[in-house]
Amino acid sequence: MLREITIGQYYRADSIIHKLDPRTKIMGTILFIISLFIGRSLAAYIAAVLLLGLVIKISTVPFSFMVRGLKAVFAILVFSVVINMFFIPGTVILDFGFADISREGLQTAVLMAVRLVFLILGSSLMTLTTTPNQLTDGMEKLLSPLKRIRVPVHEIAMMMSIALRFIPILTEELDKIMKAQMARGAEYDQGNLLNKMKSLVPILVPLFLSSVRRANDLAMAMESRCYRGGEGRTKMKPLVYEKRDYISYIVVYLYLALMIMIRFNM
Amino acid sequence: MKMVHIKDLIYRYFTRDDDNNIVETIEAIAGVNMDVEQGQFIAILGHNGSGKSSLAKHINGLLQPAEGAVYVKGMNTADEDEIWQIRQTAGIVLQNPDNQIIGNIVEEDVAFGPENIGVPTEDIWRRVAQSLEAVGMEAFRLSSPGRLSGGQKQRVAIAGILAMEPECIILDEPTAMLDPKGREDVIRTIHQLNREKGITIILITHKMDEVVEADKLFVMDHGKVVMSGTPKEVFSDVEQIKKYRLEVPHATELAYELRKEGIPLPESIMTKEELVEALCRLN
Repeated sequence: MLREITIGQYYRADSIIHKLDPRTKIMGTILFIISLFIGRSLAAYIAAVLLLGLVIKISTVPFSFMVRGLKAVFAILVFSVVINMFFIPGTVILDFGFADISREGLQTAVLMAVRLVFLILGSSLMTLTTTPNQLTDGMEKLLSPLKRIRVPVHEIAMMMSIALRFIPILTEELDKIMKAQMARGAEYDQGNLLNKMKSLVPILVPLFLSSVRRANDLAMAMESRCYRGGEGRTKMKPLVYEKRDYISYIVVYLYLALMIMIRFNM
Repeated sequence: MKMVHIKDLIYRYFTRDDDNNIVETIEAIAGVNMDVEQGQFIAILGHNGSGKSSLAKHINGLLQPAEGAVYVKGMNTADEDEIWQIRQTAGIVLQNPDNQIIGNIVEEDVAFGPENIGVPTEDIWRRVAQSLEAVGMEAFRLSSPGRLSGGQKQRVAIAGILAMEPECIILDEPTAMLDPKGREDVIRTIHQLNREKGITIILITHKMDEVVEADKLFVMDHGKVVMSGTPKEVFSDVEQIKKYRLEVPHATELAYELRKEGIPLPESIMTKEELVEALCRLN
């Protein structure tokens, strides 16, 4: 059961979208999300659908993968639609007696739902086509101006990538500890919530202990391999913008301009 | 110049109580002198708690001596300005392969060392390719370390050290957590590196079968070097080795038992082949 936990849901393929610089993809996703909040009319959403559809097509990620991301937030989606539908006052079109649906409410709800779906599709397209490592690399580079105000950008990125590396190791260890405890009669799914939480203590203590031990070993291994922070470090795979990245930026900015034009009826 | 020169090394562990007062002082290393020549294959043997691991960490500068000094190619490990040069010259491979792999992809992990010492990008690619080839792991270059076996992980760890182009590699019980197949692969790999690339190897272990081909052995007990010499010299004194809670290679053990029963076998037997030959010569 624990093996199913995965962070990031990379879909391995060899498309142009996969090859794009992670910075391009991060910035593109952010701009796409901004554009969703600029656009309000049908025309704007058609533009967004076209762009998203085109990018999904180029990425060769099957649509079923994209929908999987939606499933996880389905409850939130329904919740926000219902709230919007019932609680925004306006011209009543359906009256249930105890509650009613207004035209404005329905409009906002649909708009909201479409926005949310696009937002999730857009960002899961990014995580589907970018490995977690590339993402951290991209973020490190994008945030590097913050180094000037003493934000430890390199250290944060290093921590993130080490965390990613150790997630499978620690889940395996958790599995082992749970089985060892179960072999000695421990039960994890018995009793009420409080009891269940209590039964986690004997798992977490050894897990923390071994994490600290691993951290100590890892620190030693890193030091022995001359790690001394980001200063003077070179990269095996430095991030370099290529022609396809510039083209993508142009496409995204043109799209953003279009959205602004639609919004302000230019 | 000597690759490693250890002089009167003492290292102490402290046990503290809740108020941070020192309750007990343990001398993990109690006055060790040791010289390692360039290109040698050295093995340091000892039971758990004999101080052999602490000694290994001193050579790499991960631990600092309480007294005495450790020199790597003439550089003092206590000198902070030289510590990075020392770590580049003498790399260390630790026991648990999972805890020393930093990258999420094999090739990125191997690149970690060169990246830290500021090697230019094109050079990193060359070094990564060469190191992976030297340990026979080039086919796994794009794999995730989680999918490798213990022996493969340990060879990746060795490649990670190799990529810094060291002159000496210290291996602190590299096979302790491996299955027999993985153990064999790792030991073969380090012998190859020693022979073909002339890299000085310092192997810390308590498995005797791994050290029969070494140039020189040091046996440690309670923080002191108690025996030293070629494998033949050391293994000829089976009784003394047993006193230090170590085992001799199987063939040596069998020859020793046979000798006790009155069969005239030489004391220098270390391998199965030597034993067979000696037995055949009897009549």
